[in-house]
Amino acid sequence: MTIFINEKKVEIETPCMISVLKEKYKSNADIVVYNGHIVSEDLKVNDGDSIFFIKRGEMPPEEELEFLMMARHTPGVHKKLKNAKVAICGLGGLGSNIAISLARMGIGYIKLIDFDIVEPSNLNRQQYFIDQIGMYKTDAILENLKKINPYITYEAINIYINKDNIENLLFDVDVIVEAFDKAENKAMLISNASKLFREKCIIGASGVAGLYDTSLLKVKKLSSNVYIVGDFENEAKPGQGLMATRVAVAANIQANLVVRYILEEL
Amino acid sequence: MKITLNGKITELEKNITVSELLQNLKIHSKLVVVEINGDIIQKDYFDNTFIKENDKVEVVRFVGGG
Repeated sequence: MTIFINEKKVEIETPCMISVLKEKYKSNADIVVYNGHIVSEDLKVNDGDSIFFIKRGEMPPEEELEFLMMARHTPGVHKKLKNAKVAICGLGGLGSNIAISLARMGIGYIKLIDFDIVEPSNLNRQQYFIDQIGMYKTDAILENLKKINPYITYEAINIYINKDNIENLLFDVDVIVEAFDKAENKAMLISNASKLFREKCIIGASGVAGLYDTSLLKVKKLSSNVYIVGDFENEAKPGQGLMATRVAVAANIQANLVVRYILEEL
Repeated sequence: MKITLNGKITELEKNITVSELLQNLKIHSKLVVVEINGDIIQKDYFDNTFIKENDKVEVVRFVGGG
């Protein structure tokens, strides 16, 4: 039967115990992840099972690191995500958070698009650092994402998206994420992209400002492949700001929809 | 005539365009995505797209912030 040890295919003749495999493959391991879950008990391994042996605090060899980083993923998910292509349009409070979550999830190709630079008022909710003030957001996010997950193909494009460049910018991805700030740009991207790319999934957001209950954030499904996240009411305006906690919840609802779409769970 | 507007049965006068519906709702056409029976209508066609009896119309008004 075939099992996977640290993501490598291993043939074993009969079902055996985890402890036997650990002794053979990594006797000094102190963390055992069995089918995505850390276990302390000695279990019998069956055909198709995935086991990771990890030595706490040890920097693994480069060829193993990518897989060890995904050891806590639900088995089978990593390969599907690795083959997916996603574009994030806008790298502010929504987009920078979405980018980080999708990088951690191991999406194989992430296209990052913004025209703006990092400035101090971004730092209350956007995933940048003080020493990145003045950098293009595309450069800054790339720097940060490569530290989180270097095993991804990133493409960062410094451009203002308008209805004339949507087709050229987005034709090669499976999923388009709308993460703009301005309402007008959100509506423009979603309606134009849905017309150009009927087969692609489009995930937008509207109504993420303030500090209202996060359970007000809903997912509205439009034509077969368009999803909008938000409370559809609370806009950024004088007296109502954009806050890290609530914007990040909305961003991660968007990111979770991306992943669920790729895994065909939507 | 009756249509379903954002999930609710709504009574409308006949021969109304998408643009007129948005005017009635006091929503600017730049800020909206409109879907009729599962198809997103492009902004350029709001003036000459008529809403018909029993249509399912979704109007998503976008608000700023992100």
